[in-house]
Amino acid sequence: MLTPEQVELKLDRILLKVQKPGRYVGGELNSIRKEWDKAQTKVAFVFPDIYDIGVSNVGLKILYDQVNQREDALAERAYAPWLDMEELMREHEIPLYALESKRPLACFDLIGFTLPYETLYTNTLNILDLAGIPLHSAERDESHPIIIAGGHSATNPEPMHAFIDAFVIGEGEEVIHDIINTIQAFKGKRKDERNVLFRLSSFDARKELLRELTRISGVYVPSFYATTYMDDGTVAVTEPILPDAPKTVNKRIVAKLPPPPTKFIVPNIEVIHNRVSVEIMRGCTRGCRFCQAGMITRPVRERSVQEVVDAADEAIRASGFEELALMSLSSSDYTYINDLVDAISKRFEGRKLTVNLPSLRIESVSVNLMEKLKQHRSGGFTLAPEAASERMRRIINKFIPDEDIINTTREIYSRGWTTIKLYFMIGHPSETLEDVQAIVDLCRRVIEEGRKVAGWKVKLHAGVSTFVPKPQTPFQWVACDTRDNILEKQALLKRQLLKDKSIKLSWTKPEDSLLEAWLSRGDRRMADVIYSAWKNGAKFDAWDEGKKQEAWLSAFEEHGLDPAFYTHRQRRTDEVFPWEHITAAVRKNFLFQDFRMSLEGQIRVDCRLNCFACGILPTFANLRRENPGEGWKCPDVKTPARKIDIELPVVGD
Amino acid sequence: MRVRITFSKQGALRYTGHLDLHRLWERAMRRASLPITYSQGFHPQPKMSLAAALPLGFASRAEMLDVRLNDDIPVEDISTRLKNSLPVDIQIINIESVDERAPALQTQVLSAAYEVHLTEPVVGAELTRKVEALMMSESILRERRGKSYDLRPLIEMLSVVTEASGKVWLRMTLAARDGATGRPEEVLNALEIAPEYTRVERTRLIFQK
Repeated sequence: MLTPEQVELKLDRILLKVQKPGRYVGGELNSIRKEWDKAQTKVAFVFPDIYDIGVSNVGLKILYDQVNQREDALAERAYAPWLDMEELMREHEIPLYALESKRPLACFDLIGFTLPYETLYTNTLNILDLAGIPLHSAERDESHPIIIAGGHSATNPEPMHAFIDAFVIGEGEEVIHDIINTIQAFKGKRKDERNVLFRLSSFDARKELLRELTRISGVYVPSFYATTYMDDGTVAVTEPILPDAPKTVNKRIVAKLPPPPTKFIVPNIEVIHNRVSVEIMRGCTRGCRFCQAGMITRPVRERSVQEVVDAADEAIRASGFEELALMSLSSSDYTYINDLVDAISKRFEGRKLTVNLPSLRIESVSVNLMEKLKQHRSGGFTLAPEAASERMRRIINKFIPDEDIINTTREIYSRGWTTIKLYFMIGHPSETLEDVQAIVDLCRRVIEEGRKVAGWKVKLHAGVSTFVPKPQTPFQWVACDTRDNILEKQALLKRQLLKDKSIKLSWTKPEDSLLEAWLSRGDRRMADVIYSAWKNGAKFDAWDEGKKQEAWLSAFEEHGLDPAFYTHRQRRTDEVFPWEHITAAVRKNFLFQDFRMSLEGQIRVDCRLNCFACGILPTFANLRRENPGEGWKCPDVKTPARKIDIELPVVGD
Repeated sequence: MRVRITFSKQGALRYTGHLDLHRLWERAMRRASLPITYSQGFHPQPKMSLAAALPLGFASRAEMLDVRLNDDIPVEDISTRLKNSLPVDIQIINIESVDERAPALQTQVLSAAYEVHLTEPVVGAELTRKVEALMMSESILRERRGKSYDLRPLIEMLSVVTEASGKVWLRMTLAARDGATGRPEEVLNALEIAPEYTRVERTRLIFQK
């Protein structure tokens, strides 16, 4: 294995030949470099996309801080090298290394990948390969790091089951400590001659450690589960092959959001987001049926205004960043949003700072909120109506009347914003061309009304994405729209919207949506497809420079699988999903009922107004009981917690 | 007030370019709560300038920055405040207050001195011969970005240093005036040394008196 000095020497020989070499050298303010030999457990966190995108990821930042706060562990970071760098690293035999110590990733005890989106799967394989670590979990022994992964894609971990040793389902703040503790305890026992573990082979010892990881709530170790299939290719059942592995792996949550990170890493080169992000609230009560994040991040937990403002202030001071983002899935729903905006404006008055408050509801209150935050009104204003016909709005459970949209956008233009960005979604199977035409009509009306109040300078950017039915949502039963339909709908939008010079239109290529759908809806057999696609050269699937549609199609063919089986098939109501044994604590019955309501165009209101018993409260009743009151937006659990006072007798010695 | 900061730029920061270094200083000043003066207008820019751009990949122990602050602050205070606000690979060497009316730093640079250490062993005598041949030539025609130019007049000094241990390295001083800037890697190419097998450090900037 190369030493850090050898890695650095080799790097100096290639770095001037690549774009933005600053991506590969670390040394950023607020990055943490601990003494290697003093840490018992070394963890590398990997964002499997380029540095420019990964370095500002808040999820990994939280985990990085959690681990580095421990005396007995250290955490470092790695990202996917861009194509030019990868080529040179392979040519010069430089293994992928962590930025802090420049040690090869293979030297670490634990590697944690975040998988926020599915198009990172091939990059994950590529990173393991660049690190010289066997790609398949089954080929690794005790000398290799334990490979874990988490993030929203872990909602359906099956397509990646062959490569990842353990998935974290849900929130990572506490689980990461449980995993590290388990590894440490295991290594201790393994060194003890009197312990049975002492005599295990390297391969068996690793298996035993993975077995211990299954005991942690929220951890899924796929190698201890087996899937059988029906004749039609659908899943019959996925069951544990170990008696003590849970039949269903429930997601993990934290009862109360821990203090937000304030020591943001300040890159020494230009990256996508140069900003401090403070999460004001986790979860969403709106229940939009297409939104996976809204379904899997429940319950809603809010931070106090004081905590948000203090953290933002501290983080801005410690980073010097020019921008602050107040993050949540639905800012307008934050209980004290007015107080928060007032407190933020007051605290940062006179300082050069851009404050972002994304995901605002379409109503005039939002315009007032933004007005208070904007010192310079040069940027745009983003809103997400998603659908433009009443029928579609009912189907997706995001019901915003046209008049509200027109009144709000008119207000935005009249107060001086010149550009509005509207997000829409096409491709729900019950959508017709009339529903798509409604998007065109709405955009035109927005512009016309805008011109009346602010003249010809007003602009509109319509971002039209394509719907992918995601696991653990009410739409998990529906099929993807066909390529031809999508192309026809996009052609309609282009034909009609691009005539107006004030309107900009962006859309997703059908191939990209299909790939996302295969990967998010796939079963265990997709692992072979992913492996072959990577072998065929697929990587950076979210990038035009990287993606290779042929690599994927030939991979499907090689394994005798039909891509349409995963995407263009309405699922039977009794179908067992590949992700059936994984749950985000929202019951399947609830999702199904919601799906039925969508077929009838029935709306379900904000669940802050009325609990619809989605399943969160029974699963986390104890956590809720211990944390009553307004921190959570679910109703209190009434039954008093039963206190067990008696001491249980200890059996044995 | 106008403050002149001399600093080193090493390690990872060798791969941070001129524009990014500007932003890095702007953020460092903000972290240190030093009130930078901004230009007027629609897009206010910090009143801050670096003496001479350092090519990517080179270290330096002689970078210079002039910055204007809204308030008069004792230089010792500036130094203390900045110390905890900079990434590890920047070290402050000197801070002084300068006359507001002094000419802009960039216009005063004449030349820059470099040390070049070789990461692959070389035969000292052969290198010395090549250096002598180069210095004896009347002109060294080279091409950069499709334009032909003469490198020779831009080399003010070039010599081989042989240490008692037998280790051999180079020292050079190159012109660094506007429109007449010698680049160390061009000299290395002329000596048939691949720049990627060297470590270059800027040691001094020479100014007009």
